[in-house]
Amino acid sequence: MENQLLSIITFLPLVAALILALFMRGDDAAARNGAKWLALFTTSATFVISLFVLLRFDPSNTGFQFVEEREWILGLTYKMGVDGISILFVMLTTFLMPITIWSCWNVETRVKEYMIAFLVLETLMLGVFMALDLVLFYLFFEAGLIPMFLIIGIWGGKERIYAAFKFFLYTFLGSVLMLVAMIAMYLDAGTTDIVDLLAHDFGSETFSVLGIQVVGGLQTMLFLAFFASFAVKMPMWPVHTWLPDAHVQAPTAGSVVLAAILLKMGGYGFLRFSLPMFPVGSDVMAPLVLWMSAIAIVYTSLVALAQTDMKKLIAYSSVAHMGFVTMGIFAANQQGVDGAIFQMISHGFISGALFLCVGVIYDRMHTREIDAYGGLVNRMPAYALVFMFFTMANVGLPGTSGFVGEFLTLMGIFQVNTWVAAVAATGVILSAGYALWLYRRVVFGDLIKEALKSITDMDRREKAIFAPLIAMTLILGVYPSLVTDIIGPSVTALVTDYQAALPADATAVALNEGHSE
Amino acid sequence: MTSADFQTLLPEIVLAGYAMAALMVAVYTTKDKLAATLVWATAGLFVALALYIGAGGAGERLVFNGLFIDDPFARFAKVTILLSAAAVLVMSQDYMTRRDLLRFEYPILVTLSVVGMMVMVSSADLITLYMGLELQSLALYVIASIRRDSAKSSEAGLKYFVLGALSSGLLLYGASLVYGYAGTTQFAGILSTVQDGVPLGLLFGLVFMLAGLAFKVSAAPFHMWTPDVYEGSPTPVTAFFATAPKVAAMALIARLVQDAFGGIPGQWGQVLAALAVVSMFLGAVAAIGQRDIKRLMAYSSIAHMGYALIGLCVGTAYGVQATMIYMAIYVTMNVGTFAFILSMERDGRPVSDIAGLNQFAKKEPLKALAMLVLLFSLAGVPPMVGFFGKFYVLKAAVDAGWVWLAVAGAVASVIGAFYYLRIVYYMYFGAEQEPVDSRMAPVQWGMLVGVAAIMLLGIVNLFGIEAPAALAAEALVR
Repeated sequence: MENQLLSIITFLPLVAALILALFMRGDDAAARNGAKWLALFTTSATFVISLFVLLRFDPSNTGFQFVEEREWILGLTYKMGVDGISILFVMLTTFLMPITIWSCWNVETRVKEYMIAFLVLETLMLGVFMALDLVLFYLFFEAGLIPMFLIIGIWGGKERIYAAFKFFLYTFLGSVLMLVAMIAMYLDAGTTDIVDLLAHDFGSETFSVLGIQVVGGLQTMLFLAFFASFAVKMPMWPVHTWLPDAHVQAPTAGSVVLAAILLKMGGYGFLRFSLPMFPVGSDVMAPLVLWMSAIAIVYTSLVALAQTDMKKLIAYSSVAHMGFVTMGIFAANQQGVDGAIFQMISHGFISGALFLCVGVIYDRMHTREIDAYGGLVNRMPAYALVFMFFTMANVGLPGTSGFVGEFLTLMGIFQVNTWVAAVAATGVILSAGYALWLYRRVVFGDLIKEALKSITDMDRREKAIFAPLIAMTLILGVYPSLVTDIIGPSVTALVTDYQAALPADATAVALNEGHSE
Repeated sequence: MTSADFQTLLPEIVLAGYAMAALMVAVYTTKDKLAATLVWATAGLFVALALYIGAGGAGERLVFNGLFIDDPFARFAKVTILLSAAAVLVMSQDYMTRRDLLRFEYPILVTLSVVGMMVMVSSADLITLYMGLELQSLALYVIASIRRDSAKSSEAGLKYFVLGALSSGLLLYGASLVYGYAGTTQFAGILSTVQDGVPLGLLFGLVFMLAGLAFKVSAAPFHMWTPDVYEGSPTPVTAFFATAPKVAAMALIARLVQDAFGGIPGQWGQVLAALAVVSMFLGAVAAIGQRDIKRLMAYSSIAHMGYALIGLCVGTAYGVQATMIYMAIYVTMNVGTFAFILSMERDGRPVSDIAGLNQFAKKEPLKALAMLVLLFSLAGVPPMVGFFGKFYVLKAAVDAGWVWLAVAGAVASVIGAFYYLRIVYYMYFGAEQEPVDSRMAPVQWGMLVGVAAIMLLGIVNLFGIEAPAALAAEALVR
């Protein structure tokens, strides 16, 4: 049992989805309720089992734990396991899924299919964070597109078709390049086992492709191919354009999953593959990535200021916050990587909650236009409080988890590249600008819009959904060690190995840079 | 000629004998009333022979003075051909009966073309190659125009015939050049000739032969006949065209380049790589504009042939294995997809406009779901089996150092994903309108749902297809 724990967590939602698909008939109210309760029960059970894993998890061990391995086709293995970096993403997923399911209690169209889509999606997301075989990882990573494509396409807004296609094709293109790189890695290392690959040295001698000198050689090429996939998933500027469309059109629960979990796959990928496996390649490309992150933070914050659609505004703010994550990762020091992981976890709670906040008023008014609101505090005091809390967390107010992540990443980057840190720090101010302005326009002011005069405050279910999110945001804000204690040793090992892989090549890289100038 | 020779050829002899006997019986008795029985009997015979060949002896036998070879490669291809032909036959019976299309010649012609295909994949000599190819092609020309009173069907048959004859001419011209320069028609003889240097004339012959065979697999730029023939022929015939003959022709290319020209992979690798790239991109791009699902499937098959060719052009045993697995997966997917296309109708008339699928998922959730799985599999999205097909050939390409080809294949698969997704889009989130009816015989339903299940469950171990494919490839590439 112990050995199969991770598989049980991963495939439990899938089993529930199969039960729904095969044995639930009819579309009456009873069937709909049955589907919702089954989904809620399963996701909650998954969370409880994953809690058990977390309790048994030994943070001081930097290797993979709960490993399970089986033969598979093509000389591949079915191998699952968690380490200090992935365990929290698993927890984030299992924690948020019951909340997500509960938040779509009001959905009335094709409820059964909706629940199936989310359950399948949970299995695939968990698989991504646990897979210890390249191709297995790719399988989960790619397959996640299918349920999300359907969620946006079937239950989305008016422009859902365009958004669904854009989402699918954008991410698919990035991923297939990664697949080719994976095959190349397999041929170089002779294995697809991630644990073995982490120990393998990929070639980093400079070679030329079509007359262009590639500093860092194979590692840089592999890095770029993986980067194509993860940068789109993150998403990083300038390949972020699919995200606002997808968010705006996706139903509330879809947006929550997208922002809170799916985006984290990109960051997780950087930490699992790019940094440890291609240290030289990462080092060569790091300046570019850092500046892209800095631009992302400032540029998308400015774009967010100009938005008239609430969801779009939060989507752009997500891109900006993910900029802090990439910046922290490629600072490649303890604070930076700690901060990046912390920021991802915290952003999972905060952005998820913000999309739920939009969902609450969207359910009532069926519009996301900022101009359609104003003065909500008069009718919805509880909502105003919750929204205020998450707006502040999004800004990065000390005491909330948002602050810790931004502070750590900025501290990490400051030691590496002061200019990038300076530019990125202005993003903090800009984020306060767009977030508070949004809040003022929606919640404060006089209640003059006729349609809003009869709006009702949050009911008990809606309040209950936000409670765990508020709790987590606060707890992590005042006691960040909860996270850093778990990730710390693994991050230390990652950073040490990364730095150790460089010195011998650092001079070579420096020489090459000298040549190219 | 000994009895061992005939024993090796037994499956072909049985099939040919059966076809002629069935023809006589049908002509002198009840004619078309016998057709449905014949369809099932033929399919049964195909399956029985597939079992016989699959379970039959190991090893390799070169018989009839080096004209005909029976090796694991031929057996793998034959089993694939027989099973897919049987599947297409049984699922077309209901469709053809209801539309009064079921003539007794249909199963007999299919049988004859299958005999041709089996000879093709077993050929060890240019003469055998041509004989098998022509037997197959002539039967297919007639099947294409089996709907005698339809101008479109006749047009399809005629077009197929004219272009097919042209390609046969090219092939024959190439074969004669090869014979002229090598002094022998036997593959083994040609192989030993090219090892001492390649005369220019022989190269010309090789290129002409490859061009002729590219027509048969409908690889771009020799694909022009495909969309028209697919669209014009009755749907069950299209389903047949898209499956068994493709396997046979692809296996024949593998056979030719490895057995006869195995010593000079540099000479044909480039040609096949060019065909592969052009096919993948043309298939992917041209399909985007299609409204007719049969034309769309035609371009889809062109793109798929491009992927299969990747495995061949790299010239390794692993590449051949990848191609054979790819073809097996490809025919399985097509059987399922065509089982669905066969059922699309409105007021009893077949419909092939994809817009007719609008909101199909609301009407028939299970069929739509099965189709969704198939379409994602065709697009090569994991975890469907179609992904593993693409993974195999891309791996073979990178393995042999053809990285650019793998990248091209990967990019083309993204473009290709678009039009498969569009069908999903119509089925699940299309405009509100009355979708087509989907009347299915139990066999079709079984094929559709069964293939969809295979596409999902194959992730466990690909149903053990790896080992026989590896055996087949090792027998071919030495």
